[in-house]
Amino acid sequence: MDWMNQAAISAQKSDAVFFYVFGLSVAFLIFITALMIYFVVRYNKKRNPVASQIDGHVGLEIVWTTIPLVLFLSIFYYGWTNYEYMSQAPRDSMAVKVTARQWSWSFEYPNGKQSKVLFAPLGKPMKVEVRSADVVHGFFVPSFRLKIDAVPSRTNTTWFQATKVGSYDIECTVICGVDHSLMLSKVIVVPEEEFKAWYFGGEDAPEPGKAFRAAEAHPDLSGMPQGLAVLTSKGCLACHSVDGKPKVGPTLKALYGREEQILMAGAMKIIRVDDAYLRRAITSPSEQVVRGYPPAMPQTQLSDRELDEVVNYIKTLN
Amino acid sequence: MSTQASTAQPSYLVDTGARKGLLAWLTTTDHKRIGLLYLYSMITFFFVGVGIGFVMRLVQLTTFQKLITAQTYNALFTVHGVIMIFLFVVPGLPAIFGNFFLPILIGAKDVSFPRLNLASWYFFMAGAILAVLSLFTGGGAPDTGWTFYAPFSLKTGTNVSLAVFAAFVLGFSSMLTGINFITTIHRLRAPGMKFFRMPLMCWALYSTAWIQLLATPIVAITLLLVILERFFGIGIFDPSKGGDPLLYQHLFWIYSHPAVYIMILPAMGAISEIIPTFTKRPIFGYKAIAFSSMSIAGVGSLVWAHHMFTSGMSGMALMIFSLLTMVVAVPSAIKVFNWVSTLYKGSIDFEPPLLFALTFIFLFCIGGLTGVMQGALAINVHIHDTYFIVGHFHYVMFGGTGMALFAALLYWFPKMWGKMYSKKAIYVSWFPMFIGFNMLYFGMMILGMMGMPRRYYVHLPQFHTMHVVATVGSWLLVLGLIIFFATLLYGILKGPKAEDNPWGGVTLEWTIPSPPPLENFEVIPTITRGPYHFDQQEKA
Repeated sequence: MDWMNQAAISAQKSDAVFFYVFGLSVAFLIFITALMIYFVVRYNKKRNPVASQIDGHVGLEIVWTTIPLVLFLSIFYYGWTNYEYMSQAPRDSMAVKVTARQWSWSFEYPNGKQSKVLFAPLGKPMKVEVRSADVVHGFFVPSFRLKIDAVPSRTNTTWFQATKVGSYDIECTVICGVDHSLMLSKVIVVPEEEFKAWYFGGEDAPEPGKAFRAAEAHPDLSGMPQGLAVLTSKGCLACHSVDGKPKVGPTLKALYGREEQILMAGAMKIIRVDDAYLRRAITSPSEQVVRGYPPAMPQTQLSDRELDEVVNYIKTLN
Repeated sequence: MSTQASTAQPSYLVDTGARKGLLAWLTTTDHKRIGLLYLYSMITFFFVGVGIGFVMRLVQLTTFQKLITAQTYNALFTVHGVIMIFLFVVPGLPAIFGNFFLPILIGAKDVSFPRLNLASWYFFMAGAILAVLSLFTGGGAPDTGWTFYAPFSLKTGTNVSLAVFAAFVLGFSSMLTGINFITTIHRLRAPGMKFFRMPLMCWALYSTAWIQLLATPIVAITLLLVILERFFGIGIFDPSKGGDPLLYQHLFWIYSHPAVYIMILPAMGAISEIIPTFTKRPIFGYKAIAFSSMSIAGVGSLVWAHHMFTSGMSGMALMIFSLLTMVVAVPSAIKVFNWVSTLYKGSIDFEPPLLFALTFIFLFCIGGLTGVMQGALAINVHIHDTYFIVGHFHYVMFGGTGMALFAALLYWFPKMWGKMYSKKAIYVSWFPMFIGFNMLYFGMMILGMMGMPRRYYVHLPQFHTMHVVATVGSWLLVLGLIIFFATLLYGILKGPKAEDNPWGGVTLEWTIPSPPPLENFEVIPTITRGPYHFDQQEKA
């Protein structure tokens, strides 16, 4: 069945413990339920008009304290040892930096390459170092049974070794604001050669996994105006439209030169959008918030060149 | 313990003081009336919470996403959580049945501090009103989830401050009730009512009261810190000011995990009262059940960090909290074995309260077992923060505490109002409730195993089928709830008069008239034996 897809060693480790506990639980539940139904029928007041006045039984109490305790401890031990394996990355792992921000994921590989989906070589350990740029998020890959929170000011690490080529969902699991449920990405597992071709292939190397990703909406940045490519790759378009559609943040269409009411240092002010305002709004977004919008925009690291490209692009939207 | 049916005192439902009608109720210091004040207000909040849950399920059908935006949805699950947790499940059984029956069960005329008891209700209502106000004032309804995780709760523009202050005020209601119950149990037991002669409901309320008293101040302080941080940016939890988001999670769960036991212990107490009455034999392992309540209260306060297994805590902390979590499951298992053994060689009268009590055991077992799954680290990494946990805690909170509250309501109904409800209609309500419940919450657990995260406004296509199943389940569940409460309401208004002891119970509440007289007992009884002795009754 697709939903119990095991696509990494961690999935096998987690599921092994799950099926152990599941088996015990089903056995216990059936036992207790059958016993209740049997007693209710067998000792119904019609069949058994006089109740036996039994106060208890010390031996039984000891039995049903000890047996559950031993079983629970075995569950603890099995769960713990498998978790130790699932959480300790082997030394030869490739370390990927995962950055979570409201509401997108970005990935950076040891050689500085970056991507919006996580590319991973089949059968090779990959260590994920998860950070957050704003609030707490959760990095979750169901097919790997893998989850670790992205907590601001901390780096949390875990690892995986994919066992099947394919595309697997990444989902955010900690409520982080209005578009929490859209904070999705993918792990793209490809054969090692294909991964290496991309990883060592310089800036123009084609992204791996094209074969099975054709159907997925993954923006092709080539051929876009440079400013739009920056906006797309940094995730800005999750909240700002370029065609006037209302989203979480104000639209960028016809923004340049527009008069906006902004909240600045606690006071309402009317300003006209110019180059300087746009730059400030991107580099320190919480200082000037447009009236009627939540102060939700994260700080985004843009180079000076990228800033210029974005500002120039916004001018073209008038 | 002679029957005192021919008492001269009027029923507590009759106004005897200077004030009449509503004013008499709002200024009452009678523990029974205060119990009913809690009952009526809580059932109202419960239905508001149910309504919100119902709408959330509709949103998952995607048909209604035009009417409800993502921001509204986030507010809905936050408010659903706040209402259900703080206004219904946490205070529910102790405030309603604890108030009404604790003094009667130990042979007292009232609680130790009747005025403080009324003040607790006013704190409760003040907190409830503030919570409702937080929806419509400031930046709008909070959107953080009922857990208010920092730093999101510090940064969001919604009215988190007022909602958190509401929870702070509600905390006072809980603490004051706790103090009242502890003092009452220590000071007001009837002559001869030793600790080990108390009905098990009293033991459960006693353990609960200690948790309320010791754990609630921690969440109160935590929530105050959130408010200070939002207004003055003091930087306790905000990492950009040198604070620590994990500190918030620790402080929050140091209360909020024990709060789970505040919710479930009185439920277990009620079940321990109901089963002996309908089997006509003493409860199996009285002391084991009493001690397991106390050990749940003790060990239960040491397991909070199992809510944080994926937060990046040290491996040592993970190991210790996982181990302790397994240990706290043992006393709950002991209780289940003792309840089921109480059915053995009883003379079972299969009345509605017993049906709901056994339903409680079944659903609570599923809730408990799925809790054990989450305590195992290797499984937790997969199902944490998914629909699995949503399904799991609804099995514990609703299938456990909720069903026990319904069972208790059915059990004590004739005593509280002196009327009887239609048993047939209650059986009818059970079927849609039980089937709908399992479709909804087992469906959620399957979704969680599939990888559906909680608090998602939109879901990926692979989850849709199970979402439809769960939503249809929610319709059945609501149908069952409506039949159930309509039956009880009809019983209160038009039901036939109930006998003083309709179920043949032997604890003290069944020795006094239905409804009870103003001061419960004409003569304070003298207790000579344990609570569940049916042999005398059979001879008579």
